[in-house]
Amino acid sequence: MAADQGDPNHQDPNRRDFIHIAAGAAAVGAGAMAAWPLINSMNPAADTLALSTIEFDLTKVQEGQQVVIKWQGKPVFVRYRTPAEIEQARSVSMGALKDPQSDAERVKDGHQQYLVVIGSCTHLGCVPTFGSGDFGGWFCPCHGSHYDTSGRIRKGPAPINLVVPTYEYVSDTRVKIG
Amino acid sequence: MSDHESTYVPKTGIEKWFDSRLPIIRFGADYMSLPTPKNLNYWWTFGGILALCLVIQIATGVILAMHYVPNTELAFASVERIMRDVNGGDLIRYTHANGASMFFIAVYLHMLRGLYYGSYKAPREMIWIIGCVIFFLMIATAFLGYVLPWGQMSFWGAEVITNLIGAVPVVGEPILIWLRGGPAIDNATLNRFFSLHYLLPFVIAGCVVLHLWALHHAGQNNPVGILIPKDRQKKDTVPFHPYFTVKDGFAIILFLIMFAWFVFFMPNALGHADNYIPANALQTPAHIVPEWYMLPFYAILRAIPDKFGGVVAMFAAIGVLFVLPWLDTSKVRSMRYRPTMRTFFIIFVLVGMGLGWCGAQLPDAQVVPGMPSFTLFDGQLNSYLWLTRLLTAYYFLFFLVLMPLVGLRETPRPIPATISEPVLPTVDDPLGAGSSEQKG
Ligand code: HEM
Ligand code: FES
Repeated sequence: MAADQGDPNHQDPNRRDFIHIAAGAAAVGAGAMAAWPLINSMNPAADTLALSTIEFDLTKVQEGQQVVIKWQGKPVFVRYRTPAEIEQARSVSMGALKDPQSDAERVKDGHQQYLVVIGSCTHLGCVPTFGSGDFGGWFCPCHGSHYDTSGRIRKGPAPINLVVPTYEYVSDTRVKIG
Repeated sequence: MSDHESTYVPKTGIEKWFDSRLPIIRFGADYMSLPTPKNLNYWWTFGGILALCLVIQIATGVILAMHYVPNTELAFASVERIMRDVNGGDLIRYTHANGASMFFIAVYLHMLRGLYYGSYKAPREMIWIIGCVIFFLMIATAFLGYVLPWGQMSFWGAEVITNLIGAVPVVGEPILIWLRGGPAIDNATLNRFFSLHYLLPFVIAGCVVLHLWALHHAGQNNPVGILIPKDRQKKDTVPFHPYFTVKDGFAIILFLIMFAWFVFFMPNALGHADNYIPANALQTPAHIVPEWYMLPFYAILRAIPDKFGGVVAMFAAIGVLFVLPWLDTSKVRSMRYRPTMRTFFIIFVLVGMGLGWCGAQLPDAQVVPGMPSFTLFDGQLNSYLWLTRLLTAYYFLFFLVLMPLVGLRETPRPIPATISEPVLPTVDDPLGAGSSEQKG
């Protein structure tokens, strides 16, 4: 080794390689570090994230009706279900469900008449319409997903039930979503 | 063609000055004198047409961008303002919107040309692969552009297509939020889509340079599909100019007549009326369909009952094109001499159009109205769902099974020794020996 260092024609190839690899790796690392803030800037900005809760007054919905509100840019269905709809949702056997979940798990105790779900088809995000479809609930016109009166997927390409957002009752007639 | 000698001689002082500093005039002159196979037919004119399409899109796009406002509150109105108040704005927008369709007509014909004449086979794999990259970028660019007017179809198209990424297990959801810049399609999404819609055409232009570089290095294919041997260069090629500048020019004129027909007489024929309704995040149009040029891939997406599976199939339909050079086992390039494969090719073209048709229909609708059928698994047999599945199966079968298998099994027809032979057998081939093995 020592002899090589003095002779320019016999440079140690391992040392050269090491410097190449180290310099290359440092450049790639620096490039990635420079790219990260650029990539990360595309994630939701602080003001977008700040708009994340809303309150809704349930007295605005009549029995058998649904109100569509906008939360985080997405529609949320608040549906005041009739006793028949609730009965229909509760009489289904778990085996018939693609994404098994009981109706009780999808509503709050004592408020089973109000179903709150994100009105965005779990397939590719279209807004399903109520009243059509084979299961008494929603039907998505885009690629034909059928949901029941609990918003559970029953037929079609959607993989899971309509999502129940996190929400709570701030009083008997008001919910806070988010 | 790679060894094409420069015959340019700079004459004037300016030419000489440039030639020793930046030989750009020489570059152009060499391009014009490029030896080109003399048997190229009109299917070879789409390359020039495509270059023109890109120029038209960039020119009209840059002007539109001067008047367009990428903000969810203002975008729709700014496009309407372009249509009504900007001088000649309607013409510019209609040219850009229809220009995208014309671009895709040309690219599909260009690709089918390559498929039929075996232009993807050695030594032209890189030309083909870069072409596939360009095609993919075109789809991305057109999708991004279609979102900009912020109509109902813009919004719901963006919703459905970005959700495809959400179908990817585990990482899908964070990537989706990152891509949209928020929990839903909103202003952040529109802004970045505008930025990318402006950027990608220039990336395409860069890829076009690579595409042409590879083309002139490997040499152009021709309808006979044989490589032109060195000693036949003089007899079998003609200079690009004037022979193909004129031929391409004539094709461009015909193409522009069709283009103008759309722009002036039926500017909205290829669009959807729903896109003249401002975007509404709370209501989906009754029937959402993508632009015609995406329909075959959209049909494939819907053919698969599983969400992630559908996305995989759709991307695979494009991805399979990239590996085509290694799927085809035949040594013979041109399908002129592969009668079996030609039949399968014709079926493939019909299947592609069939998929496009299916993509525009409701999956549950009956193919033959009124004909009774039975339920097979998850749908009526007499429905677009099953027709789409049948066609999708052929699409993949064509590439993954027929391409490798037919190449090994078929007996190709005799291949001419030179590209002149099929046209001038007596002049060029005095012994009338006919065919021989394919060179190259
Ligand atoms: C590969 C080339 C391109 C393709 C395929 C393409 C495609 C499209 C499409 C399909 C639309 C929607 C048209 C409509 O229905 O209104 C659009 C809109 C738009 N494009 Fe492009 N484009 C290209 C290049 C460009 C470039 C280079 C720019 C800017 C420099 C640009 C700027 C715009 C603008 C501002 C709009 C919104 C105005 C409108 O909707 O008419 N485009 N583009
Ligand atoms: S988005 Fe609802 S079925 Fe596809």
